[in-house]
Amino acid sequence: MATRVPGPLTRPSEAATGPVATVDGLTRRFGERTVLDRLDLEIGRGEFIALLGRSGSGKSTLLRALAGLDSEAEGGLSVTGSVAVAFQEPRLVPWKRVHANITLGLAVPDPKEKADAALAEVGLTERAGAWPLTLSGGEAQRASLARALVREPDLLLLDEPFSALDALTRITIHQLVLQLWSVHRPAVLLVTHDVDEALLLADRVLVLDRGRIAHESDVPAPRPRHRDHPDLTSLRTTLLAALGVSPEGTT
Amino acid sequence: MSVLELDTPVRAEPHPGARIRRRRLPGKAWQRWISPLVLVLAWQIASTTGLLPTRLLAAPSTIAATAVDLVQAGTLPTAIAVSLQRVLIGFTAGAIAGVGLALVAGLSRKGENAVDPIMQMLRALPFFGLIPLFILWFGIGEAPKVLLVALAVSFPLYLNTFAGIRGVDGKLAEVARTVGLGRTQLIRHIVLPGALPQTLVGLRQSLGVAWLALIVAEQVNANAGLGYMINDAREFLRTDVIVVGLLVYSALGLLTDALVRLLERRALTWRREFLAR
Ligand SMILES: Nc1ncnc2c1ncn2[C@@H]1O[C@H](COP(=O)(O)OP(=O)(O)OP(=O)(O)O)[C@@H](O)[C@H]1O
Ligand SMILES: [Mg+2]
Repeated sequence: MATRVPGPLTRPSEAATGPVATVDGLTRRFGERTVLDRLDLEIGRGEFIALLGRSGSGKSTLLRALAGLDSEAEGGLSVTGSVAVAFQEPRLVPWKRVHANITLGLAVPDPKEKADAALAEVGLTERAGAWPLTLSGGEAQRASLARALVREPDLLLLDEPFSALDALTRITIHQLVLQLWSVHRPAVLLVTHDVDEALLLADRVLVLDRGRIAHESDVPAPRPRHRDHPDLTSLRTTLLAALGVSPEGTT
Repeated sequence: MSVLELDTPVRAEPHPGARIRRRRLPGKAWQRWISPLVLVLAWQIASTTGLLPTRLLAAPSTIAATAVDLVQAGTLPTAIAVSLQRVLIGFTAGAIAGVGLALVAGLSRKGENAVDPIMQMLRALPFFGLIPLFILWFGIGEAPKVLLVALAVSFPLYLNTFAGIRGVDGKLAEVARTVGLGRTQLIRHIVLPGALPQTLVGLRQSLGVAWLALIVAEQVNANAGLGYMINDAREFLRTDVIVVGLLVYSALGLLTDALVRLLERRALTWRREFLAR
């Protein structure tokens, strides 16, 4: 496993504690198909990881296993500490208003204030009292993200949480996630299809292919990052190659 | 009449079709009254001219007058009160049994294995055919009538609530798990509200059969209630009283249906606002 190059926000205490999640030879089969094939992965405390991979490569499957939702995965898997998930689909509970979705199962003394703050952060204050079915795709996704962020977990699993957002909102939410990450320091596993997004946010970028981590790169650039940073440009080419895409074909 | 037809769970459609139909023709609603009015008029003419003998069917005007008489004499209100009470008691008992058993079967495999096979067997019984047995067991008093209503009510509620519980989105259950809800809270926040739309479908069906069961039960050895009033009228060839009784039955049926609709509107606001967009 590659050693992580700490970003400027890393606190010294973090290096001392063990990983928040360890995946050791995890295998998941659906009938004849092997989606995860003896996969190894270690997620350090406070580490921001981006997970890339083609559609159907098993990213969501891995996240489900890490979230403790998959009882049929074989192999070693240990997660220490609390986990929060933003699923690929928003999965809001339709019969609970948005704010009640945010506070669902939230065991803090002041859930209401927390929810309000989280909703303000994702720009949904006005929709706090709305029924989930009346939200737009992007609004629902932001509500789902707020529900995960408000929990301040040790491990935050985000499954393509920005896919339904427009470019401008996306930039705002990127900043928000980075900011929350720098304050509470959860470990983040972010699934994305966007190489630039991965390079912009993560300490480490993984590519999932054929059931394994086929490629991994540390992202050494300090934050805030600009996508034209020379280190990132070469990494982008490498990652796109790992994904089987030639750089000319994109952007 | 087929029991199967009545208590097969119908999928809770996202919208009751009736509401949409009503919305489509807001200004022309009166046009829908023309044909029924013409029919009643034709009926009246046929009766007055003697084409339709009173022995077979009384004239609409006679029926209206009889209705007024029956109300003034107190016969009709008393009959309604007696019948309403039977339905109310029977419905309550049947609803508790139906929903209760659905919870037992829906919330655990063990419960399902214990309850569901029996319910599936019993629902195949033509329960109106049970009347002779009920009379043997419970005599001819209130008990067999109330029990028949209870039995009729419990099946649609059981089947629909059970299907509703089992149809709750597993993805939401996963959400509940990841936010740390325990089993009780999962049931409270996800399972029961998720099953509610289907339960309300069951409620509507069961109220429909409740009246049906009552009508059938009241044909047998009743000495009070709407069914008795109708039966008694038959002896004296009073077709006007029979029709009044039938109209009251259907009015009560419509009324309870409207009540359930109101309940649906209240309970399913989260869905209604979405549909109203
Ligand atoms: N419950 C299941 N039963 C059968 N096959 C499944 C199941 N869940 C996932 N799969 C299969 O496993 C593979 C990986 O699915 P997964 O959802 O993890 O993909 P993904 O990498 O998240 O894709 P995407 O980027 O499109 O979200 C897919 O081919 C999918 O069809
Ligand atoms: Mg996925």
